[in-house]
Amino acid sequence: MERVPILKIGPTLFVSIQIDLQDDSVLALQEDLADQLVATGAHGVIIDITAVEIVDSFIGRMLTMIGSISRLFDAETVIVGMRPAVAITLTELGLSLKGVRTALNAEKGLEILNGKS
Amino acid sequence: MDVGATRGRMAAYLRDHQDKVVSRWSELVAAGVRGRTSHDEVRRELTGIYTLITRVLADADEHAAGELRATLDELSRSRARDGFTPSETALAVFSLKEAVYELVADSAELVAEFLAFSRLVDDLGLRTFVAYSAAREQIIADQASAMMELSTPVVRLWDGIIAVPLVGTLDSARTQLVMEKLLEELVTAGASHAVIDITGVPTVDTEVAQHLLKTVSAARLLGAECTISGIRPQVAQTIVSLGIEFGDIATKATLADALALALRQAGLKVVPQ
Repeated sequence: MERVPILKIGPTLFVSIQIDLQDDSVLALQEDLADQLVATGAHGVIIDITAVEIVDSFIGRMLTMIGSISRLFDAETVIVGMRPAVAITLTELGLSLKGVRTALNAEKGLEILNGKS
Repeated sequence: MDVGATRGRMAAYLRDHQDKVVSRWSELVAAGVRGRTSHDEVRRELTGIYTLITRVLADADEHAAGELRATLDELSRSRARDGFTPSETALAVFSLKEAVYELVADSAELVAEFLAFSRLVDDLGLRTFVAYSAAREQIIADQASAMMELSTPVVRLWDGIIAVPLVGTLDSARTQLVMEKLLEELVTAGASHAVIDITGVPTVDTEVAQHLLKTVSAARLLGAECTISGIRPQVAQTIVSLGIEFGDIATKATLADALALALRQAGLKVVPQ
């Protein structure tokens, strides 16, 4: 199973998804992220999905769940770099990713997190 | 009666009188088209069709029927493009009957042959009509798609602010196109604000509103905020009476108001010099 690396940059955790997400790697990512949030005490999570071309309802739900988990550790989640086709698919699926912020790119995502702190 | 033999005799007759019939036929057709195509061109077209008809009647080879259909389709298509009416197009075929009839009218023995020939010409005439309307439909479809491409520009109002002025009726296909173009442009321009201006949209019903809401929520997923502007008084009344809720999406009366809001959200301020 491929694992998604989690990088710590200052008070922010940075996750860049560059593999085709399978159900088990998604669950592993959730666990790893929770562990890292506890270990580092980070206050923000940036999830970069620039490389994700195909989404389904499971991945949509995963993103919302990561947002909920992070909020329990007082960290805000920003999803950055979503492709137009992915956004259309998620809208058609009726998923609006409540509780998660979105930004066009990593830079704008960091601005959102810094504005908060 | 042997149908094959009858058709064969007619084919032979037509071959023998080719020059006379084709001359009379092109005369009739050229009179119908009234100078929109030259006489020589008409004659060239008709000679090709005439030869094919004689081959079909003679049952000489199996390719003749297919070739004849293809030639007629091509003729109808070019006529449809050049703005001829369907009856003018069909008459081009039917006048062959008249040209032949003028020749055989005197001789009593060719009645059966002429009837067989006449049936063939009727079929061909109908075929030109079918091909004509197919060509017309193709032209309409081409124009519709050309208009679709023309009618959805995405313009940049400011650094980080883009606008989509929508003109004309919105249907699902068009909204889909608008959505795709808007999202693409948001990403390529790195814009965080988009204004959808519906001044040019004559009517807004529940379906159109649904499409607009979808577009806005897709833009939000990208991290961009949308404002809907240009709602006219009648449209506002319709929206309210239909019970459509735009929720927390900002709506403004004019594009200028929407731009002002976007500038404010981007932390910019316009001051007089």
